[in-house]
Amino acid sequence: MAEFWATYVWPTVVIVAAIVAILVPLLLSVAYLTYAERKVIGAMQMRKGPNVVGPFGLLQPIADGLKLLTKETIIPSGANKVMFLIAPMFTFSLSLVAWAVMPFGAGLVLADINVGILYLFAISSLGVYGIIMAGWASNSRYAFFGALRAAAQMVSYEVSMGFVIITVLVFVGSLRLTDIVLAQENLWFAIPLFPMFIIFFVSTLAETNRAPFDLPEAEAELVAGYNVEYSSMTFALFFLGEYANMILMCAMTVVLFLGGWLPPLDVAPLNWIPGPVWFALKVAAVLFVFLWVRATFPRYRYDQLMRLGWKVFLPLSLAGVAVYSGALVALGWVP
Amino acid sequence: MEIFLAEYLPILIFLGIAVGLSMAMVGVSWLLAPQRPDSEKLSSYECGFEAFSDTRGRFDVRFYLVTLLFIIFDLEVAFLFPWAVALGDIGLFGYWSMMIFLAVLTVGFIYEWKKGALEWE
Repeated sequence: MAEFWATYVWPTVVIVAAIVAILVPLLLSVAYLTYAERKVIGAMQMRKGPNVVGPFGLLQPIADGLKLLTKETIIPSGANKVMFLIAPMFTFSLSLVAWAVMPFGAGLVLADINVGILYLFAISSLGVYGIIMAGWASNSRYAFFGALRAAAQMVSYEVSMGFVIITVLVFVGSLRLTDIVLAQENLWFAIPLFPMFIIFFVSTLAETNRAPFDLPEAEAELVAGYNVEYSSMTFALFFLGEYANMILMCAMTVVLFLGGWLPPLDVAPLNWIPGPVWFALKVAAVLFVFLWVRATFPRYRYDQLMRLGWKVFLPLSLAGVAVYSGALVALGWVP
Repeated sequence: MEIFLAEYLPILIFLGIAVGLSMAMVGVSWLLAPQRPDSEKLSSYECGFEAFSDTRGRFDVRFYLVTLLFIIFDLEVAFLFPWAVALGDIGLFGYWSMMIFLAVLTVGFIYEWKKGALEWE
């Protein structure tokens, strides 16, 4: 009996505790990202942003959450009911599950699997199913068009993201996320791979359906896109999933290009700060750029969006794979 | 084998918790909020009009085309993953083999481009 506890129960309890330790800060940061977005964009437009609920409006996300919780869940009569309910749960679960492999610090990772980056790529690819399920199951014009647009846009930019990841992998020689971070001890990949970094960052904007690529939810023409028929918690799950995905994409950018949890320079005052703090700071900095972009750029047209994805980013990133790997092989620097 | 699978156990548990959490959130809201559906509320939203027709109809073939292109290129990326990891071992020969493979696909890509499969007007 004691052996049963030692081999099965305790490890499980430890894992569950670790998962809670990831989920609680993650969900809090998702909630406060919505607050930060409204505050940052407010400041950029010379407004105050939310400032009524609690000091500095700090309780606003909680008020929003409670409001959504007490709304009626509407399932349209023409909808495919099971699929309609599964879609938001699917989106939300996926956006959480991806965090299982994220290295927050040296050794601070829940599952340090040897195909970490492939797992992240796979999970972010699956995100498109939640959207297409929602759009199809709603049986509504706007939702369907929004879902089609979102799906086409996400798959278009995923290809160039894949090629960019390949160029990073050529420098690392491993799919493990911890190895990718440790390979950047001397030089962050954002510097030698700067063009790839830019392509990756813009692709993450398109992948998360963020401004200036927020065509799937273009308010003026599609009302709200694929989640037009959703209400209450089913809507909240899409919303939270979208923001969790944003943080995930920023974390991916940080791990691949900005040295993960490593300090910018390995010198005395900087390396006293623990790794997770550096990781969080970098993710917050990239997220700030996400918000800044939204406040700055007008929305793209759909044909421009597709042209950028297929005719600019795809050839460039493909050429990047050939050039960077060729240079490494020629110089004999392949790890 | 057991150690290999043990690495994935936390992911499985994480998935269970995530699914449970999302179902609980929808469930709690379902129980807490008053549910008073009526036929107007449940009709699909088309800016105040009655829905003109069912949505399950035709849509633009270009979405289909983009998805087909995606499958080809995503498969290419999937081939590149093991290549990128093993590049140190396979060296110059491996590099040129992959470049020939990429060149063949690029020919197809140029053909699609010239055919206008990537045009959205």
